[in-house]
Amino acid sequence: MQPQTLYDKLWSSHVVREDADGTALLYIDRHLVHEVTSPQAYEGLKLAGRKPWRVDSVVATADHNTPTRNWDEGIQDPVSRLQVETLDANMRSFGAKAYFPFLDGRQGIVHVIGPEQGATLPGMTVVCGDSHTSTHGAFAALAFGIGTSEVEHVLATQTLNMKKSRRMAVQVDGALGRGVTAKDVALAIIGTIGTAGGTGHAIEFGGAAVRSLSMEGRMTLCNMAIEAGARAGMVAVDDKTIDYVRGRTFAPKGDLWDRAVAYWRTLRSDEGAQFDRLVTLRAADIQPQVTWGTSPEMVGSVLGHVPDPRRIEDPVKRQSVERALQYMGLQPNMPITSIGIDKVFIGSCTNSRIEDLRAAAEVVKGRTVASGVKLAMVVPGSGPVKRQAESEGLDRVFRDAGFEWREPGCSMCLAMNDDRLEPGERCASTSNRNFEGRQGAGGRTHLVSPAMAAAAAIAGRFVDVRQL
Amino acid sequence: MEKFTILQGLVAPLDRANVDTDAIIPKQFLKSIKRSGFGPNLFDEWRYLDHGEPGMDPASRTPNPEFILNQPRYKGASILLARENFGCGSSREHAPWALMDFGFRAIVAPSYADIFFNNSFKNGLLPVILPSATVDRLFMETLATPGYQLTVDLVRQKVVAPGGQEFGFEIDAFRKHCLVEGLDEIGLTLQRADEIRAFEERHKAAQPWQFA
Ligand code: SF4
Repeated sequence: MQPQTLYDKLWSSHVVREDADGTALLYIDRHLVHEVTSPQAYEGLKLAGRKPWRVDSVVATADHNTPTRNWDEGIQDPVSRLQVETLDANMRSFGAKAYFPFLDGRQGIVHVIGPEQGATLPGMTVVCGDSHTSTHGAFAALAFGIGTSEVEHVLATQTLNMKKSRRMAVQVDGALGRGVTAKDVALAIIGTIGTAGGTGHAIEFGGAAVRSLSMEGRMTLCNMAIEAGARAGMVAVDDKTIDYVRGRTFAPKGDLWDRAVAYWRTLRSDEGAQFDRLVTLRAADIQPQVTWGTSPEMVGSVLGHVPDPRRIEDPVKRQSVERALQYMGLQPNMPITSIGIDKVFIGSCTNSRIEDLRAAAEVVKGRTVASGVKLAMVVPGSGPVKRQAESEGLDRVFRDAGFEWREPGCSMCLAMNDDRLEPGERCASTSNRNFEGRQGAGGRTHLVSPAMAAAAAIAGRFVDVRQL
Repeated sequence: MEKFTILQGLVAPLDRANVDTDAIIPKQFLKSIKRSGFGPNLFDEWRYLDHGEPGMDPASRTPNPEFILNQPRYKGASILLARENFGCGSSREHAPWALMDFGFRAIVAPSYADIFFNNSFKNGLLPVILPSATVDRLFMETLATPGYQLTVDLVRQKVVAPGGQEFGFEIDAFRKHCLVEGLDEIGLTLQRADEIRAFEERHKAAQPWQFA
């Protein structure tokens, strides 16, 4: 048989049927659901008198709208509350394998809790009405975001009509330098191939630097695949994958575990498998990254400068850089380390796992947040992450330094709840999107790693975490 | 879904690359549990000078006269002319819902983000792909010609300019079929229920841990 890529294997093991033109009906194993993109889908199901095809494929939580403090007061915003209550009601009437509602101890960001509960397993197809579903590809799952019509389609039929993507390999060779994290790798890749660089492709991340990442780091990397335009990103199975999954609530047990592991070990690209596109980066070239613009591809080393649009030849590009600098309130050629900040956000499905909080805490320990910083907040990705961090005393480290320690949720990643930037405020953020207005109308977002966000909080401006 | 065969309409040019879904419909409007009513908040942060929140009366807002869709000559446009990587960012289907609620039925651009592209088809909004050079030319013509209209003929897979010049475009056969016939995709798929069930049995035998 011809050598196959990981993506080929995941794809072909889920094809129900394929038409001559390549349109396939793909079976979906895991359907993650949250409050923002599901109400219209359940409504559609109800109106058509249809039932979910396989209730035990659904794992749900409320995360986007939920507040991150004063949980005893409930959700104050009536519109947000209605959306969360609508999910509660839909879970009651349609059912799910598991539902972690607002206030539940296992509630959290949907892409944190899937792996944490063992609801994301290698070899699965995983979908969610959320573009960062690519996160779950870290487990050698075929995971991608879908729209609400597709949420309804999966609920009703357990399948999706789709065409196979092209195959792209992103190889990061060598060893990462000190202070360089998965987030920096992700941003460096996006800086190299652009936010549309992966459009139409499924990316497999490989190379020694990727292998060296923990599962948390691989999740960060796959999470950002969508910011490179690829609906899905993935990493092959190895011992780290298996060790992470072992013993989790929904992971297989006993005999089934052994059978599963034997199969999971096959989930990697065969020797000699062909990719449509190959991109190679040298880990040693990657420095801690900071975005300076309004798209994740507008990024560079913390040691660098804000670009000068006058030196860009392509008129469309020049114009978009000019616009971005204007929105961001930055001058051409200024050093990145001269940019001062107002707020710091450590959280989101990109960087809110225990390893992220440990990395940030290590920088913060024994220091204090700079006086010019109005708010520095840590929002753990889930209830279990929060409790783990507290058992390690990380909450104390953050609080002592002047950070706020919040309840889990999406929070200021997209600012649907009360956590947001005011117009003109500048934020060092561990989230994934620096679009105009993403963290609040007029807000200015710089994407960085947790360690770099922590360092910025201490210095009051961007600094190279390696020199702190 | 409403059928889409041929559309003749006024063109509005949005001359920016990488227009993201946060810009198309900002997050505060995603709190709705309905599919409709997003039109007044399409491109909210660009379109108004004041900050918008759900429930505000659009008539009480201050429009930004600079923003292209606020210019009287583009009032009633049903075709949006756009740049590369249109619709990047989140998976929110509220983006095509807002574009359609505003009155757009087709977009013409050199490229789209994958999820947005998919979501558009599911709602009868046709995202046409034309080469960059052609899109450049359409931008110039639209800006130079008040009342500039295009015809998007899905059946023949052509965009027809006022002078009669035609630009062919590619489209996936299945998607075209669903649009032209206005089909309910879920109903179509459910005609394959037996095949899905048969697959499920084989899958269960191969990966029983998934069904435990
Ligand atoms: S943390 Fe941000 S990117 Fe992740 S699911 Fe929530 S809103 Fe989306």
